[in-house]
Amino acid sequence: MIAAFAAVPLLAGATLIAATTSAGQPKPPLTHVAAPAARDPVKVGGDLYATHCIHCHGDKLQGTVDGPPLTKAGAADVDFQLSTGRMPLEVPATEPMRGPASFPREQIDAIVAYVTSHGGHGVPIPKVNPDVTNLTRGRVVFEENCEACHGATGTGAVAGFGWLAPDVLQATPLQTAEAVRTGPGIMPQFGEHAIPQDDLDALTAYVDTLHHPDDRGGYSLSSAGPVGEGLVGWLIGLGCTLLVMFAVGETLKSKPPG
Amino acid sequence: MIRKLVDALDERLGVAPFLRHALRKAFPDHWSFMLGEVAAYCFVFILLSGTYLTFFFHPSSHQAIYHGHGVPSLDGRAMSDAYASVLRISFETQAGLLIRQAHHWCALLFAAAVITHMARVFFTGAYRKPRDLNWVIGLTLLLLVMGDGFTGYSLPDDQLSGAGLRIAQSIALAIPVIGSWVAFLFFGGNFPSPEITNRLYAIHILFIPLALGGLIALHVAILWHQKHTQFPGKRQRENNVVGSPLWPTYAVKSLALMAATFGVLLLLGGLVEINPVWQYGPYDPWTVASPAQPDWYVGWLDGALRVAPPWAIRLGGHTISALLWPGIVLPGVLFGILYSWPWLERKLTGDRAYHELLQFPWQNPLRTSVGVAALTFAAMLLLAASDDVQARLWHVSVQQLAWFYRFAVWIAPVIAAAIAWRICVELQARHAYEQDHPSRVVLKRAPEGGFEEEPVPTP
Repeated sequence: MIAAFAAVPLLAGATLIAATTSAGQPKPPLTHVAAPAARDPVKVGGDLYATHCIHCHGDKLQGTVDGPPLTKAGAADVDFQLSTGRMPLEVPATEPMRGPASFPREQIDAIVAYVTSHGGHGVPIPKVNPDVTNLTRGRVVFEENCEACHGATGTGAVAGFGWLAPDVLQATPLQTAEAVRTGPGIMPQFGEHAIPQDDLDALTAYVDTLHHPDDRGGYSLSSAGPVGEGLVGWLIGLGCTLLVMFAVGETLKSKPPG
Repeated sequence: MIRKLVDALDERLGVAPFLRHALRKAFPDHWSFMLGEVAAYCFVFILLSGTYLTFFFHPSSHQAIYHGHGVPSLDGRAMSDAYASVLRISFETQAGLLIRQAHHWCALLFAAAVITHMARVFFTGAYRKPRDLNWVIGLTLLLLVMGDGFTGYSLPDDQLSGAGLRIAQSIALAIPVIGSWVAFLFFGGNFPSPEITNRLYAIHILFIPLALGGLIALHVAILWHQKHTQFPGKRQRENNVVGSPLWPTYAVKSLALMAATFGVLLLLGGLVEINPVWQYGPYDPWTVASPAQPDWYVGWLDGALRVAPPWAIRLGGHTISALLWPGIVLPGVLFGILYSWPWLERKLTGDRAYHELLQFPWQNPLRTSVGVAALTFAAMLLLAASDDVQARLWHVSVQQLAWFYRFAVWIAPVIAAAIAWRICVELQARHAYEQDHPSRVVLKRAPEGGFEEEPVPTP
């Protein structure tokens, strides 16, 4: 039932990634670049690159002390970093965090076109076709490959040495697929042999269901697990009984004789 | 009505003298004396809710394909009977999820009530002779509650329970010389074994509840025989008990507390999600999720494992596992001290007398500081068990936090004990001053012009 209802928005989402990523309150462009419709996207991308990326990644994508080379970056890397708002970084060499995208869709595409045509030989944009009929398989793929860092409920967790595995609760199916195939940050890269295409389709559909967790038990403490439960047990559980204890104890007392 | 009931019972059993005596039994007034009762009511609640759950739970590791109305992402998945039956309890049984959640909340409250009750007994010196025997029984009850909690946490065969069992098995393996035999004997083979759910179930619903019930009965019988302790006061002496009679005053108080305990547990069970095993998924030994924690009452042991240094030793061809220190030595020493504390204190102070009157915590700085240090130590270990959750919350490195707690578990208790000591000494000084200097005085002017203090006579 739920799967059938979810299918429509999911499939629509896959084809309308452009709308979902840039419609989510984009930051105003850092510098306004006039982009007439007829201009070559590579040229537009080059201008944007020169304005926003060149400082850290260098004029030939060779990288600098502030940022890695992009010669091994492909369309999937660039699209993932830009569409999730991780790039451009406000402060170089800090941990990129998810946020609203800084560029509208066509500008992201232009930068992708520029990087891939100037020596970015990496993973192309992956094909993704979220398979809501196979959530069980998607869940197994998630449990075996993802939840050790991103948590069973996808709320994110620590990944050691100051790194955080971010939550996956805002990821679109395309962004999930891009992250899997490129391995951004310290995340491992999962190729066709590790996660075949049909597993990827099942996984992206399953990750999408995590956006609306199944909290039939009531108010959810799941992002903190038993830690939150212990706090509630002490503060509310014992707290309330202590209050009652104090109230009846102070009300019903033996009277001193006389 | 009560009189008629007593008469009816007396005609058949001849119990009137006992009942008349029992209903008049005096219970001290101070509210903190009811902490143990919350624990007792938790035992009643956990027994009742647990019985309901046994009607539907299947303690079996047998793997089967799940097809249920529960969770779309688990439809068609191979899982153990145990896990599948917990899903059915949660989604297909009348009030199943409510009772399951209330049962789990009750476990958390049970342990919290036992520890708070013990803290009251410790800090007021209620465990002193002749009640040292009941202190030992109480500590055993605490261990049983923790054991029942852990076995219960391990039954649903979800990811968290599997990870917890794996850690427990590793600790068993770390026992020098006999570790492998102990682990194989208990788990019925290597990990994960198809025997374990069944064995845990027998321990969880038969052995430990029986032991708890028997020891609670003994605990209360000894209390009944020895009578309550009480705080020193105007009327309270070593040879009396001042308070309300069991019937009607104390019974009303106690029943109100029972209603509150059950009410809080059912409200939490209905409104706040606990251990959503359908989100964690069935246990596969090759998967693990993060963050993963045990319930809080086992958390201090998890914390010890997280911060303990990796001190593995090679001794004559044998490896002494690094888990030995945090997993066995530390809890062994801690509970060893707790068990022997009444006798330790007697040795330290030379006080071998009977004590029916309590002490206020400030009257005994040594005991109070030791208790504060022990609680702080356990609390720091418990905090260390959530270092990954804290690292995410505060955006710091989990390794740095582990190092912080490595020192904090030793330094914080010393600081806390020093502060407690100081407060006790200050309070003692204040009480001594107030005894010598009545707070209300009358100033009298002498004919020569000087002033003189005169205490107001107390009415």
